[in-house]
Amino acid sequence: MATNGIGAAVRRREDYRFLTGGGTYTDDIDRPGQVYAAFVRSPHAHARIKGVDKASALKVKGVVAVLTGADVAADKIGGLPCGWLIHSKDGSPMKEPPHPILAADRVRYVGDALAVVIADSLAAAKDGAQALKVDYQPLPAVASIAAAERAGAQTVHDDVPGNQCYDWHLGDKAAVDAAFAKAAHVTKLDIVNNRLIPNAMEPRAAIGEFDRATDSYTLYTTTQNPHVIRLLMCAFVLQLPESKVRVVAPDVGGGFGSKIFHYAEEAVLTWAAKKIGKPIKWTSDRAEAFLTDAHGRDHVTKAELALDKSGKFLAMRVATKANMGAYLSTFASSVPTYLYATLLAGQYTTPVIYAEVKSVFTNTTPVDAYRGAGRPEATYVVERLVEMAARELKIDPAEIRRRNFITQFPYQTPVALAYDTGNYEATLGEALKVADYAGYAKRRDASKAKGKLRGVGFACYIEACGIAPSAVAGALGARAGLYETATVRFHPTGTVTVLTGSHAHGQGHETTFAQVVAEKLGVAYEAVEIVHGDTGRIPFGMGTYGSRSLAVGGTALAKACDKIVAKGKKVAAHLLEAAETDIEFKNGKFSVAGTDKGVGIGEVAFACYVPHKFPIDKVEPGLEESAFYDPANFTFPAGSYICEVEVDADTGTVEIQSFVACDDFGNIVNPLIVEGQVHGGLTQGIGQALTEGCVYAADGQLLSGSFMDYAMPRADHVPSYKVSTKVTPCTHNALGVKGCGEAGAIGAPAALMNAITDALAPLGVRDFQMPATPLRVWQAIQAARGSKLAAD
Amino acid sequence: MTITVNLTVNGQKVTRQVEARTLLVQLLREHLDLTGTHVGCDTSQCGACVVQVDGVSAKACTLLAAQCEGANVLTIEGLAKDGKLHPMQEAFREHHGLQCGFCTPGMVMSALDIVRRHPSPDEATIRKELEGNLCRCTGYHNIVKAVAAGAKAMRG
Ligand code: FES
Ligand code: FES
Repeated sequence: MATNGIGAAVRRREDYRFLTGGGTYTDDIDRPGQVYAAFVRSPHAHARIKGVDKASALKVKGVVAVLTGADVAADKIGGLPCGWLIHSKDGSPMKEPPHPILAADRVRYVGDALAVVIADSLAAAKDGAQALKVDYQPLPAVASIAAAERAGAQTVHDDVPGNQCYDWHLGDKAAVDAAFAKAAHVTKLDIVNNRLIPNAMEPRAAIGEFDRATDSYTLYTTTQNPHVIRLLMCAFVLQLPESKVRVVAPDVGGGFGSKIFHYAEEAVLTWAAKKIGKPIKWTSDRAEAFLTDAHGRDHVTKAELALDKSGKFLAMRVATKANMGAYLSTFASSVPTYLYATLLAGQYTTPVIYAEVKSVFTNTTPVDAYRGAGRPEATYVVERLVEMAARELKIDPAEIRRRNFITQFPYQTPVALAYDTGNYEATLGEALKVADYAGYAKRRDASKAKGKLRGVGFACYIEACGIAPSAVAGALGARAGLYETATVRFHPTGTVTVLTGSHAHGQGHETTFAQVVAEKLGVAYEAVEIVHGDTGRIPFGMGTYGSRSLAVGGTALAKACDKIVAKGKKVAAHLLEAAETDIEFKNGKFSVAGTDKGVGIGEVAFACYVPHKFPIDKVEPGLEESAFYDPANFTFPAGSYICEVEVDADTGTVEIQSFVACDDFGNIVNPLIVEGQVHGGLTQGIGQALTEGCVYAADGQLLSGSFMDYAMPRADHVPSYKVSTKVTPCTHNALGVKGCGEAGAIGAPAALMNAITDALAPLGVRDFQMPATPLRVWQAIQAARGSKLAAD
Repeated sequence: MTITVNLTVNGQKVTRQVEARTLLVQLLREHLDLTGTHVGCDTSQCGACVVQVDGVSAKACTLLAAQCEGANVLTIEGLAKDGKLHPMQEAFREHHGLQCGFCTPGMVMSALDIVRRHPSPDEATIRKELEGNLCRCTGYHNIVKAVAAGAKAMRG
C-alpha cells in the first residue's frame, strides 16, 4: 500500500480551507453587478390565484422587476420533470401533473412560489416580496395521506382523481397469501415512518447569470449533481442548448439527498438573468428551507411476517402508503417503490414477499429522497417485524436473525435484487462482542436498581447502493443513465488532474479519490488534484447520491487509471526498446519483465507531451484518459447495529447508553472518512427515532417550521459510537467497494425503537410510533396502563 | 438610515457605513468579505455564525453591527497564524471533526469558548456546551473528540 494510498486514514486535504474560513459556498460568491431575488410564496396550503398586482411590489424602492407564473407561462417555460416513471398494477402510467416553476393559477402547498421579486439589495427584494398583493381564493386542503384518500376529498390536481399518483406492487401475492394461510405464527405491525425535513446546515442558494457577449448562462447552485441539473433544466424546463449553460456547484454544505433535485429557483434565476441582464442571487433562509427543500420518508404501512414454529420466516406482506407532497419531485416516484420494496428481504431467506404501494398527492411540500431514500423505510419495516416476532415467540433477537440469515451467495431475493456477497453472521458476531451482549442481563438489573428501564434493540440492515445497471433501471422506469465518468489528466511534469462527475458535499472526495489514483498509478498523493462540481470543467457526470461516489465514480476513476497504464505501457516499451507484452507496471514504474530496466510514469508522461523519442506512428501524444463505468449490479452494504437505552418511566425520557455498529462496506479507502459517514448517518437515524418529526396542521400549515419547533439531534442527544467493519469485497467493481454514506441512517431507527420498546415491554407497551419523544413514550406507558392520559 | 461603525476585526481596525439594521454577520460577510462566518438559520439556533466579541463567543446573527461599536471581534479567519492552524483547528483536522465544513467555523469558535470556561472539559461537558451548535454531517462524535483534544493541546 502506498503511504497515502487505499486503506490509509489520510487526514483530509479539504479541511484547511474549511477550518480557516476559506471555503467557497454559493452564498459566499458575489458576481459583479448582481441583484437579489426574493420569492413570493403561498401562505395557503391550497388556493386559487385570482390576481397578482405587480405594481404593489414595483413601487418599493430598489425593486427592479417582478416576474410571475403568468410570465413563465407566456414564455412557454416547461415544468419541473420527474426522473422515474412508475406503472401501476393495472399497467397505467403514474399521474404526472405539471409542476410549474412559478405557479400561475393555483398554489398547492405553503411555500409554493408564485412570483419572484428582484431588487438591487436583498432587503429591497424582501420588502418587495412582502408588498406584492396577491388575491388568493383559499381552497380546502388535504395535508395527510389519510385526508387525501378520504372519499370525496379535495383533489390537489384536477386530473388526479382520489389524489392517487400510482398503485404499484411487487412480488407474488398468491404465493404469499398461501404461505400466510399455513403459518404457525403471524406478527403484525402498523408503522408510520415519520416525515423528516433534511436540514443540511447550508441553506440552498443560487446565482443565475447571463452573458450577452457569448449568449451563455452560468448557474451557481447548491447541488449534489451539477450535470444532472444542467440536463434537466436545459432539456425540460428552459429548452436551452446544454452547450450554452454552465452549472457550478462550489463547496456545498451538506446534501443528504435534498440537494439532488432540480428546484424551481434554479430555473427561475437562470431564466430571469437574461430578462434582467444582471446576475441574480438568491439564498434561502431557514424558514424557506423548511417549506421548500424536499422532505423525506412519510410512509404509513401495514406489515406482516409469517413464521413457522421454529421462527423461520415463511413470507412477508407489506402494504404501504406514501406521501408525494403537492408535486412529483425529481426522484420522488422511485423512492417508495424500487428503492423500498426491493429491500424487504433484508438479510434473510424469506422465500416469498409481496408489497403493495400506493402513493398520493397532498397539499404539502414535495417529498423525495432523503439519506437512505426508501431503504431506511424498508429496514424499519423488516427489522421491527423481526424483533417483534422474536419477542412474541420468545426467541433471542440475535438467534432469530441467525436462523434466517442468507449464507449462500450470490443470492436471488424474491423482490428482484441479487446480492453478490456478504457475511451477515460476521457483522452480527462482531457487534454482539463489542456490545457485550452476554453481559446485558447484568446491566439491565443495574438499571432497574436505579429505577430505570433498560432495553436492547437490534437492526441488521441491508442496503442497495450504486444503483445500476442503467439498462435494468431503464426497464424499470428510470429516465436517466446511472453510470459515472472520470478523466485522468497527466501534466507534462508528472502531476495529475482528475475530473470526476461525482460531487462532494462533505464526503471528502478530494482526499479519497486522490488516494485511489496514488495507489493505482504510483504517483505521490500530493501530486493528484481532484476537480468536481463544474460542468464547465468536467465533461459529464451523474453526481453523488445513493452512496454511489466510490462504487461507481471511484470505479470509473480506476478504469481511467487502467487506461493510462495501458497507454503508458506502449510508450514505455518504445522508451525501453522492449516488446509491449514484456512491460510490467508496478508502484509507478514501467519495467521490462525479468530485467532491472525501467522508466517511471512521470518520465512516460513527459515523453507523451514532449514526444522526441515516441512511437508517434502507433500512439497519439498526450496522456489523458476518460472512462465511463456502468455498474453490473447494485452493491449491498450490510451490517448489524445494537443499541441499549435507559428509559425513565416517570418522565418518558430515553437515554442512549450505547450504540454499536458493525458494517460491511467492502474494501475501505479511508477508514477515518468511513467512520465519519457512519457517525453522521447514525445521528440522523437517531434523530428520526428520537427527536425529529415534521408536523402539518390539518389545514396544511407547517407547524414544525423552524429549529425551535423541529428538534434536530444535538450533541447531547447522542452517545459516542462504537463502530467497526468487516470486509467482504464487492464482487463486481474493480475496487471491491460498496458505499457507506447512508448505512447509519438506514439501520439506526429500527435498532433504537427496538431497544425502547424492549425497555417498555415489562410495562405492557407493545409498540408506538417515532419519534420517541418524552411525551410519546409517556403516553405509550399511560396507554398500556389503561390511563385516559394516553390520548394524543 | 446609515450609521458608522468602528470596530476591530481580527486585529485590524475597520470603519464602515452601514444600514442601521445591519447584523454583525452581515457586516462580516458582506462588508468585510469575511465569509467564513456562516448563516444557517434565522432563529439563533444553529451556531454556524459564532464569533468572539471581546473574547466571549457570540452569535453574529443575533447582534447588530451597531452593538459592536468599539468591540474586538475575532472570526474564524483570524485564528490561524502565518498559515499554521490554531491547536483547536488542528484538532478538528486530526480527528475528522468536519465534513461539509459549513458548521465548522462556528463549532471551532464555540469550542474555544468552551475551553475558556472549562480548560479540561470531559465528554459530558462538551456535549452539553455544544447545545447551541448544530451539525448535520458528523453526528458530533468526532467534534467531541476534537474539542477534547484541542483543549488538551491548548493546555500545552
Ligand atoms: S445563523 Fe443560526 S445561530 Fe446564527
Ligand atoms: S460538517 Fe457539515 S454541518 Fe457540520
